[in-house]
Amino acid sequence: MEQSAPILRVEGVSKRYGGVRALENASLSIGTGCIHAILGENGAGKSTLIKILAGVVRPDAGRIMLDGAEVDFVSPAAANRAGIVCIFQELSLVPELSVADNIAISNPPMRFGLIDRRAQRRVAEEALARAGASDIHPMSLVRDLPLSRRQMVEIAKALARKPRILILDEATSALTAADVARVFVVLKRLREEGLALLYISHRMHEVAELADECTVFRNGSNVANYPAGTKSDSEVVEMMIGRELSHVFPPKPPPRDESGPPLLEVKGLGWTGRLRDISLHARAGEIVGLGGLDGQGQRELLLALFGVLRGVSGEIRVAGRAVSPSSPHAAKSPPIGMSLIPEDRKTEGLMLPMSVSENLSFAALGRISRGGVIDSVREERLVAKMIELLAIRAASPNIPAGALSGGNQQKVVIAKWLMAEPRIILLNDPTRGIDVATKQEIYQLLRRLADSGAAIIFYTTDYSELIGCCDRALVLYDGAVRRELVGDDITERALISSALNIAEDPNGVSGGARPR
Amino acid sequence: MKDWRYVFSQNRGTLLGFFFFVVMFAVYTSNHPAGFSANVVQTAANKGVLLALVAIAQTFVVITAGIDLSVGAVFVLTNCLASWIVVGTPATAALGVAGVLLAGLACGAVNGLIVIVGRLQPIVVTIATGAVYLGLALLLRPTPGGDVYGPLADALTGRAFVVLPASLIALAAVVLVVWVPYRRSVIGRAAYAVGSSEQAAFMSGVPVDLAKFCAYVLSGLAASMGGLFLTFVTYSGEASAANGGTYTLYSIAAVVLGGVSLFGGSGSAIGAIFGALMFRTIGDLLFVFNLDPLWQPLFQGLVLLAAVSVGAARLFQVRNRLELFP
Repeated sequence: MEQSAPILRVEGVSKRYGGVRALENASLSIGTGCIHAILGENGAGKSTLIKILAGVVRPDAGRIMLDGAEVDFVSPAAANRAGIVCIFQELSLVPELSVADNIAISNPPMRFGLIDRRAQRRVAEEALARAGASDIHPMSLVRDLPLSRRQMVEIAKALARKPRILILDEATSALTAADVARVFVVLKRLREEGLALLYISHRMHEVAELADECTVFRNGSNVANYPAGTKSDSEVVEMMIGRELSHVFPPKPPPRDESGPPLLEVKGLGWTGRLRDISLHARAGEIVGLGGLDGQGQRELLLALFGVLRGVSGEIRVAGRAVSPSSPHAAKSPPIGMSLIPEDRKTEGLMLPMSVSENLSFAALGRISRGGVIDSVREERLVAKMIELLAIRAASPNIPAGALSGGNQQKVVIAKWLMAEPRIILLNDPTRGIDVATKQEIYQLLRRLADSGAAIIFYTTDYSELIGCCDRALVLYDGAVRRELVGDDITERALISSALNIAEDPNGVSGGARPR
Repeated sequence: MKDWRYVFSQNRGTLLGFFFFVVMFAVYTSNHPAGFSANVVQTAANKGVLLALVAIAQTFVVITAGIDLSVGAVFVLTNCLASWIVVGTPATAALGVAGVLLAGLACGAVNGLIVIVGRLQPIVVTIATGAVYLGLALLLRPTPGGDVYGPLADALTGRAFVVLPASLIALAAVVLVVWVPYRRSVIGRAAYAVGSSEQAAFMSGVPVDLAKFCAYVLSGLAASMGGLFLTFVTYSGEASAANGGTYTLYSIAAVVLGGVSLFGGSGSAIGAIFGALMFRTIGDLLFVFNLDPLWQPLFQGLVLLAAVSVGAARLFQVRNRLELFP
């Protein structure tokens, strides 16, 4: 395909969040009439790049050139005015408004200074038809639509803005196969019309079908750029590999005795189509990793085990006994004895204004109280023990949890659940956004907990942790277990190819030639 | 599905409010010794319109997922102001009316600015400003008194075309001039978007801050209309803290009864009007059944509880319990 003049150029853009480097000197060039795919594993910097282009965040360094002139977007509205429209993964629809209201939300048709509802309806119908979603009624409320229909509305909304550059960030993740096919027809037509499309997807076959150009991101930078179809899947995986292995992991114990029922056993777990037939087990002393790309059902799996979700099908056994946790309280209490260390410590883990000591006590209030009255002497003793065990650096147990550093806050969340003395520990990406030293302390702690007889399910977005920390690893894809890896088979190559749901080339990379 | 079905389902709260009001009012008038007479309707309308105007004020803010606890105080303050300035000749009275409405706008603008610029919670801000407005009202009218331009007051609290209460016509005019255009303007649309999902609204490039500001300003305006009308009804001004508090709380009750969601993003001022009229009728019902007025708060409370329970029914469908906590 003839490469046209670039409409958008990203030059040396960098962005840091606190101490975490999200983008480092990233560059990208997009031409009109072209679908440009961006590939990369979790945390490679794709999302940050898109947020910068869409005006959600501003870069620390570097510049963005649109039509050869430098631009600086202060808000999503500014990016829209410049013709850049982004379809985000997390939907930007307003649930209580109708489909037509949402489609025309930023620029409704006006008549006598008021919104012209008839014209708006026409705009909405036209946009829905262009998106191949004429089955959606423009007057229905977005709230009442299922997720896949909402995503189609999101696409129609983007098209109604007449973009010059359209960014799709995992925009097909919730769609049915029929919808995906319709969206692809639309995208190809837009390419014919001369739009520049930036397409982010983890589904390799979608990229293969759509893309003209591909750029691979790794560790916040673009590492390779190639015309679509010139690299094999395993070469692409090779380019995505290369996360810096900077962590030190404790040694793994030899494989354990496999007799007797496992501490946690799950058979055929399902939930509203988001989790499909998941089976897994974890023995005492074992750390079982959950991997895969973001949002493949890992979070829902942990919530289902912890009794947060309603309508979970399948079987959960704890130490051989069938249980059905109906709430987090039931899950943490005997006979289950489970803990979930949540993803977002600020909203689900801690009460930030309350003291470290109070936060530590929440999960174990039953242990430190008698007749509903908290035994403060016992509380103080246990809290002191936990602070020492996890080396929490707090000036006093009485300062608010919000005053601690991110790493220490995370330690408080973990310690809080350890005070409840769980047998089964579920962790939802516990090392995200914390410093390296604390990460290593957490790895040591997990191993010690396993050695003392706990079964641990450890979801992480960092592949090196699956390799370094886990005895077994399950890779999830689209709500189901795609692959199970044991011991030395947990390699970055195996993890990435199963996360992308592509077959692993057993011979490794061999110049792209594949045996027929 | 046919279009009218969508219109129906999206206005269910308003229609329910209308329906219950009609039923209650029919029960009320059929048991009233004077029956369904122009006099009975006029008295009920004048009382109902007072609360309806304050409920409209509350609706503007509640739609943005905020709450305005100063509406009652603005109502009382503008009542006191009107009892000073809506007097004299027709010309000075007209200027006075404009001054009262401007005062309401200013009160709302102060609320809006503090909430938006200070990023403070609406509930705290409006408690504080409400106290300030009440204080100003006391300075204006340390003791009840004052006057109002009589012909205007009589025209608006009397009857038009022999049978129709003029106050209802005035209320309909307010809806047509203020609410309907607002509902169809970009700013009105933005207010609903902000209340429904502020994040999605921001990401869609909706003017979030402007929408909130306008909601508070319009709230102040509607509350001042209420204050003005109170002056027409009572012919005087009174800085009554009890009145301010009651009207604030009743406005919230009316809004809920009229199908406006306290979580923001749905409902309409028309629903809130029927909510207000319904809430007033509940009180009057006890009178016609010769029940002790002491029962009134208890009875009103039970009706309110029943109404909010209906709204909570959807929670049984939630599949992820984390979504139960907004």
